[in-house]
Amino acid sequence: MTTSFQIELIRYLGPDGEALAPLPEFARDPAALIPLYRAMVLTRTFDAKAIALQRTGKLGTFASSLGQEAVGVGVASAMSAEDVLLPSYRDHAAQLQRGVTMAESLLYWSGDERGSDFSAARRDFPNCVPVATQVCHAAGVACAMKLRREPRAAVCILGDGGTSKGDFYEGMNVAGAWRLPLVIMINNNQWAISVPRRTQTAAETLAQKAIAAGIDGLQVDGNDVIAVRDVMLLALAKARAEGGPTLIEAITYRLGDHTTADDATRYRDSEEVSRQWQLEPVARLRNHLLRVDAWDKEHEQRLLRECAEQVDQAVESYLAVPPPPPQTMFDYIYAALPAALQQQRESALRFAGEAGARHG
Amino acid sequence: MAEVNLVEAVNLALAYEMAHDPSVVLLGEDIGANGGVFRATAGLQTRFGAQRVLDTPLAETAIAGLAIGMAAEAMKPVAEIQFTGFIYPALDHMINHASRLRHRTRGRLSCPMVLRSPYGAGIHAPEHHSESPEALFAHVPGLRMVIPSSPSRAYGLLLAAIRDPDPVIFFEPTRLYRLFKQEVNDNGEPLPLDVCYVVREGTDITLVSWGAMLLETLAAADVLAREAVTAEVIDVATLKPLDMATILESVAKTGRCVIVHEAARTAGMGAEIAAGLAEHGLLSLLAPVRRVTGYDVVVPLAKLENQYLPSVDRILSAAREVLEFT
Repeated sequence: MTTSFQIELIRYLGPDGEALAPLPEFARDPAALIPLYRAMVLTRTFDAKAIALQRTGKLGTFASSLGQEAVGVGVASAMSAEDVLLPSYRDHAAQLQRGVTMAESLLYWSGDERGSDFSAARRDFPNCVPVATQVCHAAGVACAMKLRREPRAAVCILGDGGTSKGDFYEGMNVAGAWRLPLVIMINNNQWAISVPRRTQTAAETLAQKAIAAGIDGLQVDGNDVIAVRDVMLLALAKARAEGGPTLIEAITYRLGDHTTADDATRYRDSEEVSRQWQLEPVARLRNHLLRVDAWDKEHEQRLLRECAEQVDQAVESYLAVPPPPPQTMFDYIYAALPAALQQQRESALRFAGEAGARHG
Repeated sequence: MAEVNLVEAVNLALAYEMAHDPSVVLLGEDIGANGGVFRATAGLQTRFGAQRVLDTPLAETAIAGLAIGMAAEAMKPVAEIQFTGFIYPALDHMINHASRLRHRTRGRLSCPMVLRSPYGAGIHAPEHHSESPEALFAHVPGLRMVIPSSPSRAYGLLLAAIRDPDPVIFFEPTRLYRLFKQEVNDNGEPLPLDVCYVVREGTDITLVSWGAMLLETLAAADVLAREAVTAEVIDVATLKPLDMATILESVAKTGRCVIVHEAARTAGMGAEIAAGLAEHGLLSLLAPVRRVTGYDVVVPLAKLENQYLPSVDRILSAAREVLEFT
């Protein structure tokens, strides 16, 4: 038996914001695009502030989403509140849309578990650091939804490097076999720390990995938030209608370092980065809004000011949070503290003052 | 009240809990139509439907990951890993996620799942079917590691494990699956987790064991009894968190202790128990603590596995040394 396949690439906006195809229904009224633009600008403002906080010793290691804002915003804008997001560690663009606060995100990156006790999006998973493992959890979440016949869907996001892991394939495979209401979004930002996409796999596209699992796979321009939202809406509608899972590969670019602990100039050509700045998502949507007369300089300045204020307020409330009391490292290990741990907890409390003085 | 063997007791506990709690779902390889390779889930798919007894693809990472996702969504998954030799792909998920979900979300999400797996040597199984990796899991904060030693213990502890709000690793000794029967009252009564069980009282020496090795340990106690030595025998049952208090209380009475397990010796659970005795029971000890364990070798294939497993003679030899020490 011979087989052939095609991988579709969905894109509506060109790099200068020009419409390359008739826009999907939701995008025809430019006013409806402004919340997406606002969300991307807020994410970028937050991102820049987080890096500044890390550089000045006020935050731990942070994973920037610079250049990939359209992926997270497109994903989360298409989700319903009752859906579940299973992010990687670079998905604050999506998380902020889900209702995770900037202060919570900063708390997490400062080394405080309370940052993952989201005040909204209570069913969403916390950041997933072990790469691609969240695909299997997302299949489990989707399985629970399906067994209970709920019209909900699970959405997970992983990077291009994550598609080389068995977890990605195992999670996708069972989602296909059981027709689970799951959307797997690959943020293909071209770099897995220092390893480029072409070294990661001989597969021409990452989306075609869906074919091996018997599910739909497609590519989307990950710098075109209209396209990302469009394919997400379709994939989620299909999932809720018991049509099974979808794999989406968003083509984008990591304009920043892997994290604040990384220096991408050691392994990456600056010309490549400059070229990619021409394709980035925030300017692209802004250009589109300018073209259709839905935006101007004044709007832009006001938005930047509002975002900066919002971020500053979040930083202020984040910095005002006192460190967690030492006993909390015991209090959530089990639902109830086992007797065997009681003595260790007491010991931690007895020495807490001393350790606080040494490390504080 | 019915006479059942250990694997039938597992089946009874699963069926009871599925009948009484609609959020309990079973998943694993060959557990549906086939009823599991050991028949632990026999008849359950017919009774409860394919929606609650899920035959998974052959992928242990996915099995653990699915269970975590389902548990976080308020179901109570009971996942089966066909043999502990195949559990290692699931370790990443149990260590990095199942054990930590409650902690890292400050209790917002939790992971009430059970990972069941037949374990241990002595049934002449093929390669990778005879290991006892309980210490690997006992080392992980946030997990419970539970091993029954009889049909009634399997029934009660498995019910408790399924009802526990945190992840439980539940190892079932394959050697005991069909070795003997016991009266088990299928009344849904759980047995407490996190405690050791004193299965025989004595005053001269404490013998500590768990799982299938309880058989040899009790047989050794029988021999000692004929020599007018009364051994107290403890079934640890929950290896993590460890109920050191019961062991210390026994050793305070006997002053002598031998720990028996079939897993390899180095960094095995015997080391943890011996360390607990050294830290908290040194002054009640009348003799050095001895361990009778599997050797620090790969579990041999069928022809040598009985040479590997602690025997009644090895236990007696260690017990006599400890008893004669002055």
